[in-house]
Amino acid sequence: MIILADILGSTILFGVPLLLVALGGMFAERSGIINLALEGIMITGALFGCLFLRNANLVGWGEVHPQLAMLVAILLAGFVGALFSILLSIAAINLKANQTISGTALNQFAPAFAVVFSWAIQGRGQTTINIPSWIRITTANFGFAPSANPGFWETFIFKSFYLTTPVALILFIASYVILYKTRLGLRLRACGEHPQAAASVGVNVYKMRYIGTTISGFLGGIGGLAFTIAAGSSFQSTVAGYGFLALAVMIFGNWKPVSIFFAANFFAFFKVISSYSSNIPFLPKFENIKSSSYIYQCIPYVVTMLVLIFTSKRSQAPLAEGQPYDKGQR
Amino acid sequence: MEENIIEMRHITKVFPGLVANDDVTIQLRRGEIHALLGENGAGKSTLMNVLFGLYTPEKGEIRKNGKTVVIKDPNDATALGIGMVHQHFQLVHNFTVLQNIILGAETVKGGFLQLAQARKKVADLSEKYGLKVNLDALIDDITVGMQQRVEILKMLYRDNEVLIFDEPTAMLTPQEINELMQIMKDLVAEGKSILFISHKLNEIMAVADRCTVLRKGKCIGTVNTAETTKEELSEMMVGRKVEFVVAKEDANPTDTVLEIKDLSVAGRRSTKKSVHDVSFKVHKGEIVCIAGIDGNGQSELVYALTGIMPAESGEIIFKDRDITKETIRNRNLDGIAHIPEDRHEYGLVLDYTLAENLVLKKYFMKDFQNRGFIDFPAVRKYADRLIEKYDIRSSQGALSVARSMSGGNQQKAIVAREIDYDPDLLIAVQPTRGMDVGAIEYIHRQIVKERDEGKAILLISLELDEVMNLSDRILVMFEGGIVGELDPKQTTVQELGLYMSGAKRNDMREAE
Repeated sequence: MIILADILGSTILFGVPLLLVALGGMFAERSGIINLALEGIMITGALFGCLFLRNANLVGWGEVHPQLAMLVAILLAGFVGALFSILLSIAAINLKANQTISGTALNQFAPAFAVVFSWAIQGRGQTTINIPSWIRITTANFGFAPSANPGFWETFIFKSFYLTTPVALILFIASYVILYKTRLGLRLRACGEHPQAAASVGVNVYKMRYIGTTISGFLGGIGGLAFTIAAGSSFQSTVAGYGFLALAVMIFGNWKPVSIFFAANFFAFFKVISSYSSNIPFLPKFENIKSSSYIYQCIPYVVTMLVLIFTSKRSQAPLAEGQPYDKGQR
Repeated sequence: MEENIIEMRHITKVFPGLVANDDVTIQLRRGEIHALLGENGAGKSTLMNVLFGLYTPEKGEIRKNGKTVVIKDPNDATALGIGMVHQHFQLVHNFTVLQNIILGAETVKGGFLQLAQARKKVADLSEKYGLKVNLDALIDDITVGMQQRVEILKMLYRDNEVLIFDEPTAMLTPQEINELMQIMKDLVAEGKSILFISHKLNEIMAVADRCTVLRKGKCIGTVNTAETTKEELSEMMVGRKVEFVVAKEDANPTDTVLEIKDLSVAGRRSTKKSVHDVSFKVHKGEIVCIAGIDGNGQSELVYALTGIMPAESGEIIFKDRDITKETIRNRNLDGIAHIPEDRHEYGLVLDYTLAENLVLKKYFMKDFQNRGFIDFPAVRKYADRLIEKYDIRSSQGALSVARSMSGGNQQKAIVAREIDYDPDLLIAVQPTRGMDVGAIEYIHRQIVKERDEGKAILLISLELDEVMNLSDRILVMFEGGIVGELDPKQTTVQELGLYMSGAKRNDMREAE
């Protein structure tokens, strides 16, 4: 039972970044911009979030106000992600560049920038940014001491509980409300399907696409920090292809927030299964293969491919995604 | 109050290499339906786009209620109460009817949509003007006629008083056209003023109070429809007399070219078959027309004949050979030519030049090949010959990009390519869709000429006039089956209409 609690807890931990980044991709694509730069956005968001946490730790302030520091780190990661995404907006919306190439360029830029920047800030050839351990939310935050022998619920909730999880939940609900219940959402979706129709009733397509991509950058940046926290205790200028995995989640989730929520947790579950493979007694060990753990580590990616093969046929991508909008063209 | 609600005075709009509107003046009176008539490329749409703020004119002014106004973009036009139904509907396919109507003019409270309020207003409008729509249906799921009602409701929802209809009947069935005419009359009765762009003379005579004719960007004149005739209008529009009924001899059918036996085709969206158990023959030297309301399986039948979609069962026998499973290219090489329904999707590669499009079915032949490379000088020569022979007009001749050409000339290019192929069977699907009388006359003549040369013609048309004028034999399709065979000389439009709507049918299974 404890192992199950552990797996489910970790699923949520890894599901959070996938959910956030996939929702980010959704906002961009629903407005008509393919955001392939999510990987790069995650890296830049994580870079600044982690740098802030490191500095808060160095001056000692963070340890005193851990969750406040964490909240600032989250907001900073989102802000930087949004800022970084504006580069994509300029290329894709103003300059009408090819969105795939612009996104790829930003993905190439981000990790290189992160390495140089971490080194420059930390000095002494140090490219790894260590994340302080005080960011984890413990039982102490709720006023009771950890049990000597934690049960199902305690393991499930507190084994790896960070502020990013409740924040993600709030952002998920907000995403749904914005997309379906507000004027902004209605106009944004119209721009992703038929920008000419939106323009003919006075909607500013450029503005909507900027908003979509910027929300995308905000969520992507937070997702990057959430991933880094989930993946280990340090930031090493990479998010291990999670930006692309999130795009797969978005497609699997059919560009709809609720479906994306389930898709994100589905993929996270396989990711966790792969990393826990050695601890799960009933999984075969492939005795004759030297490192059978690699086989399990492939699982999330293999599942991604299989799922996309079987679901992409009935997927309903926004019709105008990837097409630069030109006022003059009719 | 001013008599003219809108006055466009001395409008000149120049595009590179083309004067689209040359000193055009038009006055729209309050409460009238004013038609704007002209051939393709005469500048009708340009003029309306100037009024709607999509183009800025070089010269001239626009007055509303006698006051000069400046219209820079559609928002300005909307603020002045000017609305437009575009030729291609501006609707978001996966939004509901209600969402489409309110888009851009939403009622909100703190950014949140207040749908109940909007729903009530739209329902009231739809009641008042008899515009029946299902507010919660997706655009994807409703008919073209209903989509048009949604577009009209969009204008009414914004309290527009000047309504522009840009070729509103191009996509509609005859019944829907009649409904639209009635709606337009109701709208002016309620005090709206309508500008109606069209090149269909029957509609203009039926519904408009006055008509302004444009030709090559110039205003030819404004006439009261009550005091004019179709013939006079068409002469004003084209600049010469036009024959409405194409002169043709009686058909002289000989050998069977195409025989279809119990053909069924699967549905594109639903599991219901779109064509079921259809059998008929087409002979050399006759024009067989398949009539029917759009969406009764005609498109799928043609897809199966040309190889775009597979047949589910049955046989297609062409020149005594079963071609049911043959590839598209082999069918072409065998002698089937196809003027497709949708010229943009199946007719042309829009970003290729006219020359490349003209040689699209021949580029791989020896004449156009030079050691595995395309022989462009030969292609160019061939294209120039067709352009000359079929009078295809474009800005840069053979090197024009197909996308930049007018719809009528795009269609001429397709007709030229298909007829010059010297086919045994010509399948022409709505060959004159969206074209003006001059071009229609031309294409009808070409089709009759092909017949007289002993070709078999299978014509699919939604236009009753075309069906009655051109065909030697009419087959009526309804819900995927053939429900009647009629002789155009012995039937009436009314009887044809009864078959098309399914009210009348013969059992065609046994008939040949």
